[in-house]
Amino acid sequence: MVQRYSDRLDASFAALADATRRGVLEQLGRAEASITDLAGKFRMTLTGMKKHVGILEEAGLVATEKVGRVRTCKLGPHRLEEETAWLEAHRTLWDARFSELDQVVEDLKRKEMINGRKKRK
Amino acid sequence: MDARRESEPTPMKNSTTVERKSEREFVVTRTFDGPARIVFDAWTKPELFKRWWIPKSFPVSLLSVEMDVRVGGGYRLLFGNGDAEPKAFFGKYLEVTPPSRLVWTNDESEGGGAVTTVTFEEKGGKTLLVMHDVHPSKEALDEALGSYDGMSETLDQLDEVLGAS
Repeated sequence: MVQRYSDRLDASFAALADATRRGVLEQLGRAEASITDLAGKFRMTLTGMKKHVGILEEAGLVATEKVGRVRTCKLGPHRLEEETAWLEAHRTLWDARFSELDQVVEDLKRKEMINGRKKRK
Repeated sequence: MDARRESEPTPMKNSTTVERKSEREFVVTRTFDGPARIVFDAWTKPELFKRWWIPKSFPVSLLSVEMDVRVGGGYRLLFGNGDAEPKAFFGKYLEVTPPSRLVWTNDESEGGGAVTTVTFEEKGGKTLLVMHDVHPSKEALDEALGSYDGMSETLDQLDEVLGAS
């Protein structure tokens, strides 16, 4: 379970670590769009956009459906989990920060002890 | 991520909790093994603050820290990220009550930013720290937590940190 969860986070983060893909999600948050629409909006080739959409789809952030000759993209099933992923990312950041702060606190405690001893003399 | 083992006498590290308390509120909680005055100093003295705010695993540097820690005084943090233009975070202190409470504004975002309250509660030589961000709107917090239009650089950094862990 934990492993699967962390794999999914990895996939989400990898998917989100690209400005175009974030732009695509933002765009799809407003309205569904075809790959051709998206390629036009982001001024890139169809092949390039297909690749981005593929990565987003794999992460569950986007779902696509082919109707006739047009592939329509919309936000995917993992949309609601974004927030969990974000909180986890923030927790990782704060945890790393606070580990460093632990060191600072330890240092200051040690210094206070030494100074305290000096003062008592 | 190990499951917590009850039998271990002392945990290696205190755990950090992060929670979205409401549509507009974000809360981080952590206990430190030291008195409140020390933890408070680490948040309010630039030379100490510099030592921990950016974890070593983080590909960003804190170029400068200015803090005028008194009610109405300002702070300004300048971050460097490779060749990118340095980014400033700034605001002013609304409440300064050593060593138990610190409140400041976050004024770098347009249209009003969050207000951060940090409380330091000492018990038996340890300090419970609660950092509470209140954003002006749900949208503002969504953005701060990383909605699609605001997150840019930090996301890459977080990604790197997550990848490294």
